[in-house]
Amino acid sequence: MRLSSLAMTTLGVTAVTVAAFAASHANPALEGAVKARNAQMGMISYHTGLLGSMAKGETPYDAATATAAAENLAAAASMNRAVLWIAGTEQGAVAGSRAKAEIWSDAAGFEEKAIGLETAAAAMVEAAGTDLEALRGAMKGVGDACGACHKPYRGPQN
Amino acid sequence: MRWVLRVGVVLAVLAAGLGWVLTRPASLPDTFAAGHVPDPDNGALIFHAGGCASCHTAPEAETDSAALPILAGGLPFVTEFGTFYAPNISPDLDQGIGEWSAQGFARAVTLGVSPQGQHYYPAFPYAAYQRATPGDVIDLFAYIQTLPPSEVENRPHDVGFPFNIRRGLGLWKRLFVAEDFVVATDNPVVQRGRYLAEGLAHCAECHTSRNALGGLDRTGWMAGAPNPSGKGTIPNITPAALEWSEADLIAYFTSGFTPDYDSAGGEMAEVVENLSQLPEADRAAIAAYVKALPAIP
Repeated sequence: MRLSSLAMTTLGVTAVTVAAFAASHANPALEGAVKARNAQMGMISYHTGLLGSMAKGETPYDAATATAAAENLAAAASMNRAVLWIAGTEQGAVAGSRAKAEIWSDAAGFEEKAIGLETAAAAMVEAAGTDLEALRGAMKGVGDACGACHKPYRGPQN
Repeated sequence: MRWVLRVGVVLAVLAAGLGWVLTRPASLPDTFAAGHVPDPDNGALIFHAGGCASCHTAPEAETDSAALPILAGGLPFVTEFGTFYAPNISPDLDQGIGEWSAQGFARAVTLGVSPQGQHYYPAFPYAAYQRATPGDVIDLFAYIQTLPPSEVENRPHDVGFPFNIRRGLGLWKRLFVAEDFVVATDNPVVQRGRYLAEGLAHCAECHTSRNALGGLDRTGWMAGAPNPSGKGTIPNITPAALEWSEADLIAYFTSGFTPDYDSAGGEMAEVVENLSQLPEADRAAIAAYVKALPAIP
């Protein structure tokens, strides 16, 4: 009795482990896309952070630094989505993904929000080198664009 | 033995009478906002501070801060007492509040009583809104009257016994609606933030936990609570748990960025949409209030 329950437990744990392994290693191509997207989000957040700390007054305003940060932000925002947002990489299907299935079922809506960030980032490139007041004004546009896409298309943190 | 019965009947009648009196929907004095000239521009700010659009626009409505909100209602609130549906408060004459008087609107917002004299359920945060000044409430009404009407019919709440007896809410209000502010302060900036946060913005409705009857626990003010949606928790925002600076909070209320440059999620994304439309001084005041909260672990 004890042996058999131990055997069952072992079997169960093995099954779960195998399943988890299979899920996370099911498709390296899908996993790679999710990793690349998360890296892209990291790039966006890093450069937005440089601009944000000037907007908040935590670091002194510097036109050259702000412009550099804004240009990288714009570059990260405008990466070609065709090879990043590939089907089958929604939350639950690939580890580390918080992408909602709506990204693919409502592709036009997602595209519109993505272009919204490109537009806001382009406005930031203009504003960042102008002066601190312009930078602070453009910050809200970038924040709105992030939120406008995260609200409908990003799943909850687990 | 008959006298026992007689006394019992008399006591029961007295108790019923007392209950009737204690649960009676309140009215506003005729002098409410007397002489105030309605200002719809200020009403627009009150509307954003109060977060009215977040609950009263249709759930499927696209949020576009440039367009005027259509307050058609319909958003469901699933609670342990039943499911409540936000009503149509657009100025439509039949389905909305187009026929209401400013006084009737003020009674609804500050006392939680309908123009027909019925108690509203506290899913409508009048326990917070009652702290709004009479002038701000009248201005809010003037602004809502300028918005587009919607002919969408109200959906009745789905609430079982005994919570479907609205009269009982009179007792709930006596127990859990307190006019005074929770946080004591002499600082005028913090006072402004308190007016917004404890009143219009009704932050405590989510950030403070509730007792079994749904009353807010004032001893755990803003110290976090289970998420009403059932998933996860609403964070403690007192200095015992929140390490953000005042500048972090202002930036968050303006752009939705956390100090890590993630963006606000869930219901808070809606709150940021509303707060971002206030004057910066008001966002700063709310930030000052949050930093002045008593630390509760």
